[in-house]
Amino acid sequence: MRHGKYPLIVTFLVPPLLLYGIFVLSPYLQAFQISTTNWLGYSAEADFVGLENFATLLRDGYVWNAIKNNAILLLVLPLVTIGLGLFFATMLNMGGRRGRAGVVGVTGTAAYRLIYFFPQVLSVVIIAIIWREVYHPNNGLLNASLGALGINGPSWLGDPRFAFWCVLAVLIWSNVGFYVVLFGAAMQAIPRDIYEAVMLDGASRFVTLFKVTIPLLWDTVQVAWIYLAIAALDGFILVQLMTNGGPNFSSDVIGLRMYDTAFGSETKFGYASAIGVVMFFLTLSVAVLALRAARRDRIEYS
Amino acid sequence: MKRRDILGRVAAAGVLATPAAALLGGCALGGGGDDGDGGDANRAEKTADNPLGVKTDAPLEVVIFNGGFGEEYAKAHQAMYNEKHPQAKITHSATPEISKTLQPRFVDGTPPDVVNNSGAGQIDFNGLVSQDALADLGEVLDAPSLDVPGKTVRDTLLPGAVEVGSYDGRFLVMNYTYTVYGIWHSTKLFADRGWTDAKTWDDHIALCRQIKAAGIAPWTYAGKHPRYMSWPVISTAIKFGGPTVATAIDNLEPNAWKSDGMKAAADAWHQIVKDGYILDGSPGLDHVQSQTAWCQGQAAFISCGSWLESEQKKVTPEGFNMAVAPTPSLGAGDKLPYEAIRGTAGEPFMVPAKGKNVAGGLEYLRVMLSMKGAQDFTRKVSSLTVVAGSTEGVELPPGLTSVVKALDASGGNGFNWVYPAYYRKLERNLVDAACGEFFSGRIGPAEFLDLCQKGADEIAADSSITKYKRA
Repeated sequence: MRHGKYPLIVTFLVPPLLLYGIFVLSPYLQAFQISTTNWLGYSAEADFVGLENFATLLRDGYVWNAIKNNAILLLVLPLVTIGLGLFFATMLNMGGRRGRAGVVGVTGTAAYRLIYFFPQVLSVVIIAIIWREVYHPNNGLLNASLGALGINGPSWLGDPRFAFWCVLAVLIWSNVGFYVVLFGAAMQAIPRDIYEAVMLDGASRFVTLFKVTIPLLWDTVQVAWIYLAIAALDGFILVQLMTNGGPNFSSDVIGLRMYDTAFGSETKFGYASAIGVVMFFLTLSVAVLALRAARRDRIEYS
Repeated sequence: MKRRDILGRVAAAGVLATPAAALLGGCALGGGGDDGDGGDANRAEKTADNPLGVKTDAPLEVVIFNGGFGEEYAKAHQAMYNEKHPQAKITHSATPEISKTLQPRFVDGTPPDVVNNSGAGQIDFNGLVSQDALADLGEVLDAPSLDVPGKTVRDTLLPGAVEVGSYDGRFLVMNYTYTVYGIWHSTKLFADRGWTDAKTWDDHIALCRQIKAAGIAPWTYAGKHPRYMSWPVISTAIKFGGPTVATAIDNLEPNAWKSDGMKAAADAWHQIVKDGYILDGSPGLDHVQSQTAWCQGQAAFISCGSWLESEQKKVTPEGFNMAVAPTPSLGAGDKLPYEAIRGTAGEPFMVPAKGKNVAGGLEYLRVMLSMKGAQDFTRKVSSLTVVAGSTEGVELPPGLTSVVKALDASGGNGFNWVYPAYYRKLERNLVDAACGEFFSGRIGPAEFLDLCQKGADEIAADSSITKYKRA
């Protein structure tokens, strides 16, 4: 067995590594290389310009505006999504009133879970189109409901004061369900005797949640945090389909800036790659920071 | 948590973040140094019968944008090409995503011979032209027309057909359809209510008041693409101040957007915002939603090009009878008459310079520009072509009939501007955003022109964008 180990490892490891190198790593490295050129994308000619693209980027107001929006997403999206996810998961798993130690869900948990998870089944494109119609200023569900109450709703996606927040709301809506299920699964894994013990000690539900459940879920919350932070630095598909960054760049995000620079209003692939490289480092830094900030000692159940 | 776990997670996060940024790397730089075997390798001798020197058995590859016009018309053109060159094997393909499909082939130096570069996934022409990726089509213009005896192809085209595809005097892009831009209304609605279309601005405002009093919004527009409203504003300015208003804008002259004509036009158009003559919620509608609201009779006027009729085909009520009209005159001092309307060639076709069969590509365009090719196109897709008189004998729907009539009335006074072809970003991003602010009433006319001018100045100052001039 021992002498046959290396051929086996080589056979099973080299092809996938090679594929990964060619199709994942090499485009990545090339993006770095392209970001130092003035390549325009439709000929093989490109001149090396050093860090000029990055210098331009620093002075590009549209990019800064997009980064500002991403920063808001980064603050709001994980916080609200995790908050709502935890709240709903708690209700579904331990909000009920009957049974031992109060650790059953509210009535109809299974149905709620299905409903919460529903947006996950839909493609993002469909979500964007559905919500575009919901926000339709005259025939949309939202303004029709407001109209029934006698309120004259704004033209949501057409108003720079609202457009960005409307997209953000959809982003949260489409994400929460997944985290409800994720947190719910983690809650199910917490041993019931812990709850019995704290109940005997007379802890209230509130204390139970903050002193027992959340600390025991911390690893999962941390993963959720990182995933959402990365999602917040993207947001491209929803923004492009719902507002295309408008009106007047009010809902622009950096992913859209990159796409627009390469394929939309102009074809500057070198410059777009520079934006991509900046995105890469932003995402990486956010991921590392989120991990550092959320670091805690792991709690073992056994 | 152990350190190793952290590193593992960071690596995982890195992998998650990968797809977005690798998107661009994916279309990486190609081999380079391919100065091309394209061009003249596949040329035969030029003769009177074969003025472009097509090698009759050379294969031809055509890529069509699969959008509103479909691809059937192109197959018909290819059959016509085969009538003349039966041995030529034609490869036809159609895609809704021109840029994504063809970008690697341009980099690789192996583009197809004819490309219909259109749609949302269109390749930016400034990029293509500045990288010398396109063949000069001047030869086609000077060649004799395929089936109009005694005339060159150039002689058979409508005014403005050549200008819009020319960059610094070289004709590089053939825009095949002829589009008229104006203000649309339903003649049925107007006849029912006893309204008559206004020819002067004061009459237009009076009519708007009347329409609003009748419980209908006078105007609506595509709030998500507010540049649709820049067209009537600039048209009004050109009628007031003459065609130099447009050349100044196209040539990025300093303060071109703040000319007297533009000021007068912006002030006039601000009136419909100020007086509330725009359908509530319009800023939140996209072009389809706003056009549909218009077709449903929620609004009386909308600004659009002559593709409107075929785009709205499915939702237009029976007997709606849409018609186009020029923008109203500001007053007696206008340099151009009321009838003058913006007409321009659209739906761009190009012959890549590095294609294998450039002569064949040029010949294919000549086939398209023949009377037979143009009539077949108009019949199939209900759109005008740049070939003059090709609508004769073809039955047209009401909207297109009104377009032909408006075009005849406009005659030699037709005008156009080309800055969107030169600098896509200026119209698609910057003027667009300014129009959005202006027509939703958040800014006034002076700020509107400031914003447009600021956009133009940004383009002018960007040394990475190639600049073009026209006379």
